[in-house]
Amino acid sequence: MNKKKKIQILVGDIVGCALAIIIFIFPFYFMFINSLKDRREANKLSIAFPTSIHWENYLDVLKNNNYQVLIAFKNSFLIMLFAVAVLIIVCSMAGYVVQRRNDKVVNIISTLVMLGLMLPPAILPTIKLLQQLHIYKTMFGIVMIEIALQTPFTLMLYRGFVASVPKELEEAGYIDGCTNFQVFFKIVFPLLKPVSATVIILDAVTIFNDFQNPLYFFNGSKNATVQLTLYNFMGQFASEYNLLFADVIIITIPMLIIFLIFNRKIVDGMVAGAVKG
Amino acid sequence: MKKEKIYSIWFLMPAFVIFAVFFLIPVLSSFFYSLTIWDFKTFTFCGFDNYVMFFSEPSLNTSLIHTLVYAFMTSGLKVLFAFFIALFLTSKIRTKSFIRSAVFFPNLVSAIAVGITFTTLMHPTKGIINIIIKALGGSTVNFLGDPNIALFSVIAVDVWKGVSIATVIYIAGIQSIDSTYYEAAQIDGATFWQRVWNVTLPMCAPAMDSVIILSLIGGLRCFDLIWAMTGGGPGFATDVIASVVYKQYAAGFYGLSTAGNVIMLVLISIIAFPLQHFLIKREEALS
Repeated sequence: MNKKKKIQILVGDIVGCALAIIIFIFPFYFMFINSLKDRREANKLSIAFPTSIHWENYLDVLKNNNYQVLIAFKNSFLIMLFAVAVLIIVCSMAGYVVQRRNDKVVNIISTLVMLGLMLPPAILPTIKLLQQLHIYKTMFGIVMIEIALQTPFTLMLYRGFVASVPKELEEAGYIDGCTNFQVFFKIVFPLLKPVSATVIILDAVTIFNDFQNPLYFFNGSKNATVQLTLYNFMGQFASEYNLLFADVIIITIPMLIIFLIFNRKIVDGMVAGAVKG
Repeated sequence: MKKEKIYSIWFLMPAFVIFAVFFLIPVLSSFFYSLTIWDFKTFTFCGFDNYVMFFSEPSLNTSLIHTLVYAFMTSGLKVLFAFFIALFLTSKIRTKSFIRSAVFFPNLVSAIAVGITFTTLMHPTKGIINIIIKALGGSTVNFLGDPNIALFSVIAVDVWKGVSIATVIYIAGIQSIDSTYYEAAQIDGATFWQRVWNVTLPMCAPAMDSVIILSLIGGLRCFDLIWAMTGGGPGFATDVIASVVYKQYAAGFYGLSTAGNVIMLVLISIIAFPLQHFLIKREEALS
């Protein structure tokens, strides 16, 4: 490589990193340092370092309103856990059949499900339905809603991946006398592990960050989710930015951990999902 | 054994039943309820009154225009910015994995958290963006309080948050281009920008189509970010269909809210389906 080219690349590196830090990382730095200040200092919204560090802001946020943030965390995690577990089982089964079979009934069903990738959910009729089933504002209700909304995307990911599982493996299972149920769960499902990992991460992030559906279907002081409490804090702590920012940081930490561990996987999963869609 | 028996339809049923009950049935019944005045228990049929109301009331029908402006601007800006970021990140620079991570992280942060962050960064007097503008000699901008600017401020934040997905899709598209095309172009003496224009751009058309469709649908359905940043205000300056649906629901006008929901569905259908059809046709013509 000639010298001119090398310098060009170096300049690119420096300018690129500088822009990335200023545009994409700076806002998080701003949140973090202001979450450590006392109330008066934080309200200046400056980017200066805190004169004294107040870690107790985080405790204050957690204790606020009778540990509401902790309860919300518990709710959010349970919703995420149940919804993702069910999604993995039902969508892997469905994606398997949709990919392997190509007849009229299956095609109609899969076309209907794929409509869900585009169309917005009908909110008030859903509330009526949940009320009729006596599951409005319950954990079960919101879990079912999240499952239904993530089904199209999850099924699409599984359908794409099943194509790479050789049919010969299934035949070997049948020769050994397995039922189709056993063949799927003992042979095919373990082979879907890579896409299952992608599904877990993407669906978990989406459900954890969801605001709109909990707002409609899971509202109320007792059964809030983290995003709902964060939104309510916005009004409550309008003049206490340090606490508001501490709450933002607390709620973003799980995503940061997931990101640091699965960075590559998330990005690859996004591509797989998006390009096939 | 027969195919129908091995790949039993019952495997498909759990997912389909949940989807049908909690998505399809509400969507279908929304067409009916949008023609009524209802309160979850009883309903009175009122014909197209809700739709007439929606389209004639200025505070409601401006949401249609806002939704279209929002969707097309966020989509267009993401298509443009993401392409250049992707081009940059597929070049020979060495810090690309760091930059890619930095660009990608906002995507994992919830819209509410992003909304709070930027509401403070855009604060009319104390916000850091205005401090920078002032330091550069400009006059301060009331980003979220000025009805003429508020919508565009939220659009900018949406692009900031969502440009990463578009970038990642482009990167995948660019990386899958066979390097012999570039070599051939180089032998023919094409400059860098000629190669970008004549090789990269047409060859990553499928990626671009995904970006367009995904960001357009996302923009048409947007709610969380707008609700966190402006709540539809000031006045009705940033109301989109999804926020009108929520406001009318909160105010108890369930029929009107449902009609808004149906209008959003129809709007997405008449934009997204023909567009997808057109893009697939064009893709076939190119290859």
